[in-house]
Amino acid sequence: MERISVLRMGTLLLITIQVDMHDKLAMQLQDDVTQRISEWGSTGVLIDISSLEIVDSFIGRMLANIAAMSRVLGAETVVVGMQPAVAITLVELGMSLPGVRTALSVEAGMELLFGSAAATNSGSSDERTQA
Amino acid sequence: MSVLKREVLPLKTSNDVVLARQKVRQWAVELRFSLVDQTKLVTAASELARNALDHGKGGSMTIEVVNVAAKSGLRLIFEDQGPGIPDIELALKDGFTSGSGMGLGLGGSKRLVNEFSIETEVGKGTKVTVARWR
Repeated sequence: MERISVLRMGTLLLITIQVDMHDKLAMQLQDDVTQRISEWGSTGVLIDISSLEIVDSFIGRMLANIAAMSRVLGAETVVVGMQPAVAITLVELGMSLPGVRTALSVEAGMELLFGSAAATNSGSSDERTQA
Repeated sequence: MSVLKREVLPLKTSNDVVLARQKVRQWAVELRFSLVDQTKLVTAASELARNALDHGKGGSMTIEVVNVAAKSGLRLIFEDQGPGIPDIELALKDGFTSGSGMGLGLGGSKRLVNEFSIETEVGKGTKVTVARWR
């Protein structure tokens, strides 16, 4: 069965969605990401949607679900590269992707993820010094 | 109103929804819709095709190039023989869902097109017609 690959880069998971996904493929991706986070202990998930020509409510919901499930498993999600026409359409459709962090490019997304990982680390070391 | 071109596509599997999206994109490009207009129409088609599949138990999409007075555009007709919609006003409200979606399908796609009409009969099925002018 066709699948969207989930790549591991250090503590991050990288996903590039390049195909026009049918709904089952989107559901499969949701399962795969959560599986990989728990297997590899990933702390960040970067999803590149720059090749996606549309994001409808189903794909939007999948992105929101992945972000929410990842957060519960201790990983932050950033969605990067949304095309301007897709952003305009999504908002008009009524979805502003609440709870999903976004960035314009892969680089900016990485910065967000590494930034939040650094903040978490320094936060926990502070707690240790206090204790 | 004259119909210059027409094609009917089945909506029986989730892959048919992908094919329906691609067909709408192709025709919108041929009619030289702007990128934003293409995206809006394809997204509306995706929502309505999924509705016909998930709630209407499958059906069909008719795609037409239409001409009215001086304007041309695309008209899409989604038909299913599903259970129908008992309360259309409620179904058009954002956030209302009878399935697993976000409840943006009908109301959301209405905002993405220029014309929107819905005919439904409980127990018989639903027909949604949308159009976007170039």
